Amino acid sequence: MSMAIADLHEAPADSSVNYLNATYGIRSWLLTKDHKRIGLLYLATTTLMFFVGGGAAVLMRLHLIEPQGALFEPETYNKLFSTHGIIMVFFFMVPSIPATLGNFLIPLMIGARDVAFPKLNLLSWYVFVTGCIFALYATLSGGVDTGWTFYPPYSSSFSHTHVVAVALGVFIAGFSSILTGLNFIVTIHKMRAPGMRWFRLPLFIWAMYATSLIFVLGTPVIAITLFLLGLERILHVGIFDPAVGGDPLLFQHLFWFYSHPAVYIMILPGMGVVSELITAFSRKKIFGYSFVAFSSLSIAVISFVVWGHHMFVTGQSVYAGLVFSALSFLVAIPSAVKVFNWTATLYKGSISYEAPMLYALGFVGLFTIGGLTGLFLAALATDVHLNGTYFIVAHFHYVMVGGAVMAYLGGMHFWWPKITGRLYPDYWARFAAFMIFVGFNLTFFPQFVLGYLGMPRRYAVYPAEFQVLNVMSSAGASILGVGYLIPLIYLTWSMRYGPPAGPNPWGAKGLEWTTSSPPPTENFKEIPIVTEDAYNYPTPEVPRV
Amino acid sequence: MSDTVAHGAHPPGFAHQFEDMTQQREAGNLGMWVFLVTEILFFGGMFTSYIIFRTLHFASFEAGSHLLKVQFGATNTVVLIVSSLTMALAIRAAQTGKRKGQIIFWLILTMFLGALFLGLKLRYEWYADYVEGIVPGISWNSGAHAPGVELFMCFYFFMTGLHAIHMVIGLGILTVLVIMAARDKFSSRYYAPLEISGLYWHFVDIVWIFLFPLLYLIGGRYQ
Repeated sequence: MSMAIADLHEAPADSSVNYLNATYGIRSWLLTKDHKRIGLLYLATTTLMFFVGGGAAVLMRLHLIEPQGALFEPETYNKLFSTHGIIMVFFFMVPSIPATLGNFLIPLMIGARDVAFPKLNLLSWYVFVTGCIFALYATLSGGVDTGWTFYPPYSSSFSHTHVVAVALGVFIAGFSSILTGLNFIVTIHKMRAPGMRWFRLPLFIWAMYATSLIFVLGTPVIAITLFLLGLERILHVGIFDPAVGGDPLLFQHLFWFYSHPAVYIMILPGMGVVSELITAFSRKKIFGYSFVAFSSLSIAVISFVVWGHHMFVTGQSVYAGLVFSALSFLVAIPSAVKVFNWTATLYKGSISYEAPMLYALGFVGLFTIGGLTGLFLAALATDVHLNGTYFIVAHFHYVMVGGAVMAYLGGMHFWWPKITGRLYPDYWARFAAFMIFVGFNLTFFPQFVLGYLGMPRRYAVYPAEFQVLNVMSSAGASILGVGYLIPLIYLTWSMRYGPPAGPNPWGAKGLEWTTSSPPPTENFKEIPIVTEDAYNYPTPEVPRV
Repeated sequence: MSDTVAHGAHPPGFAHQFEDMTQQREAGNLGMWVFLVTEILFFGGMFTSYIIFRTLHFASFEAGSHLLKVQFGATNTVVLIVSSLTMALAIRAAQTGKRKGQIIFWLILTMFLGALFLGLKLRYEWYADYVEGIVPGISWNSGAHAPGVELFMCFYFFMTGLHAIHMVIGLGILTVLVIMAARDKFSSRYYAPLEISGLYWHFVDIVWIFLFPLLYLIGGRYQ
């Protein structure tokens, strides 16, 4: 590890001027057009939303310690899980990696001075914050009890909560996603440095490109769906609400047409991050670059034709169910390609276990469990048994939290020295990574068992025989919660007190490591010329026998 | 996007994050195309819902279609198509380096046609609908029509309303273009804003080209 740090840090006099200290004052941040600062604005916003959504989860798990419910009325419990889901999905997971790491890294990785449309980039942050304000307002003034899916009739005339405000918040935040996706697509197409051919791009860029495609193609559909939902509530005409002649299945079709691809909005960027981490910490070229790149694109494409697997038991025709089931199995192919390629990359690599690598390895294991249990749910017959139980909850938390959040934290730890120019205490980082891994598994593995035994999700009470597993899950949640707080503390601490990182503390490949840390406002003193493939780590000198 | 003059003289309208004008122009064009793809999906969700409900409530949707003022819908279709032509002529005038007066003339004509469309729609369609009591939620003469007709009229107002919002935004963009043209921003070397706005304007027209038959014509009016 340490050999590569060496003396790359031969700082010229003006390298002390970087994007963080080039200008000062709140205005210079709120009116910035620098993609790196906008990334940090997103980081602050999504972190706040993460702890709001996480707080709701902690309260839920506390409540479920006792079979009759320890703390809340059932209505309050409904609002807690709805808030948790809505905040976490739309206001944390979707923007987490793309809008923070993506914004920060894409121009640096492709050798550009900024994204293609810097003003639009800033606008998208403001749009996002507006959406957050609506969601927080609705939460604080009583919340919603629809679940994160807003299914009618829960969300129609039966619900007397702030459905319109929350739906409007999600609607608005959606435009932020669209603008970000548009910006990234154009940036990746048109702003690459000379010599940065498509197949020299880091795999994180491929993942972000695939994610952006989903942003642009999926988000407008959820926007119009929520628009119709709001209008239905205001005008009392039958669009989705069966009580006035509407079609609730249509809502589910339209909702999942976006929200299933949105699952891949959450996991694809994580896969991109993990490709970077595994190559960097095993000092090897990725195994099967083009397979990993194309698997991102094929996941994005397939994601648009599998939405019906959310509706196997909701009255969609059996034949549609058959087709959607078969198509859903297809997702396993590119996902498995990724997992096998990461594993093959590790094979005979010079692996070191810094904190980002611990997160990456955690990701591979947990995502594999999450992905394989997804196959149980893609199969029609088993889905009938497992649908609506904690099995589903455990499955998607393994993908979303065990996968996407682990990758997000791994990426944060990997690029933190680049973002802030400071190193964090590695001991604490490894400790937190370990704690999160343990806490996560203790929280969610019992839920697989609970779901298999038939405990339905979204209930405030449960039969007494499920108490042991529920207490285990709640205990795990408290460990997980502390595990998430530790990085918040030491990363914040490191911004002021951490030792200087130097341009490339990990000895990693990639253009972002060739510029100083933190980078100057214009990213590169001179636009780099790319002459080699991604992950061009030197082959080991000693021949293996 | 013109906040720095880092090295030497740049052509007008050049933004610092780009290498040269070609890159900037291509990025702008691609950006607008991607945006239009988003817009297609945005309207697509609504078109899909409309088609599904038309199948579910066929008779009511047919009856609802007969309530629309087809002569104004047809007139407006012509108005919009002509406005696309004038928009294209404005771009052409800039491309071929014509005087700014010509660019402004075509732009203002485009704006006039856009405003005419909205005016006709507002006065002779929506206002008339309001008087007749066929505006759901605002002025609905319940009892006179089947519930499915109300749903049809809802979709009619959602879809044409969404289209009208796009028209209003288009008029705003055209106003900015007129100001830019008046300030001599455009030349045969730099007309990207005109070209990109033109894409948007044509797109809004095309949406109408689909809306008009879908709402006004396929109700079996002429059988």
